[in-house]
Amino acid sequence: MADSKAGTAATRRPRPLSPHLQIYRPMLTMIMSIVHRITGGALYFGTLLLAWWLISAASGPNAYATFEAFVGSFIGRVILFGYTWALLHHMLGGIRHLIWDTLHGFQPAEREWLTVATLVGSIALTLVVWVIGYIALGGPR
Amino acid sequence: MKAQHDMRTPARRVRGLGPAHSGTTDFWHQRLTSFAGVFLTIALFVVIISMLGRSHAAAVQILGSPIVAVIMLLFILNSVYHMWIGMQEIILDYVHDDKYKFLSLMLNTFFCVAVGLASAFAILKLSFGV
Repeated sequence: MADSKAGTAATRRPRPLSPHLQIYRPMLTMIMSIVHRITGGALYFGTLLLAWWLISAASGPNAYATFEAFVGSFIGRVILFGYTWALLHHMLGGIRHLIWDTLHGFQPAEREWLTVATLVGSIALTLVVWVIGYIALGGPR
Repeated sequence: MKAQHDMRTPARRVRGLGPAHSGTTDFWHQRLTSFAGVFLTIALFVVIISMLGRSHAAAVQILGSPIVAVIMLLFILNSVYHMWIGMQEIILDYVHDDKYKFLSLMLNTFFCVAVGLASAFAILKLSFGV
């Protein structure tokens, strides 16, 4: 791989590599770390939706109606549902990292528990938020 | 004077090299904004749920009220700073070519400033009712 052109077949052998992602068996903590970054990246572009909401409200009834038509559509609701989950998952993942920053929760069982709690908690909270949302709307429309 | 404890050679000091003394700033500010973000996110959900299904006039009234406007401003400004640091970290991790690295770092800053400014302007406009 990294052999120079001067290397012959006899001297060529694989150079030692430092361990990297692909040689580890996927672990939950590792996957959740990656998901934390992915949700962060998604939320980054999701702020466009938030900005659109505020700007449309400031622009007037017509612009606001356009925004409402989009978030009310099927695609809009899927995006909004994903945004809700990503935000809550990133928030709970962030709390987990803040706990780790205090040097707590590093025992094998603890870190596994924290990671599962992030995933289960984010899904549960997303459903709770949407149920409250639909109740506030007065039932599914 | 500071120079008494300075371990750098005079030549290095004159060239302006040596530590920037800001190495952990991004790390600390990311924690700061993440901690604030937990409370602001909960507040955002309360605001959004309270606005579901309302007319434009009602939405303007809620978003323009001082407490909601301040919560929204704090959420937006806190978020764009947090995501500016986060995206910068991602770029520095994955983009190694100088050309693309500096271009993407610039775009990151432009994006965050634009989203933050546009949102803040909208909130202020709603608040002041102009």
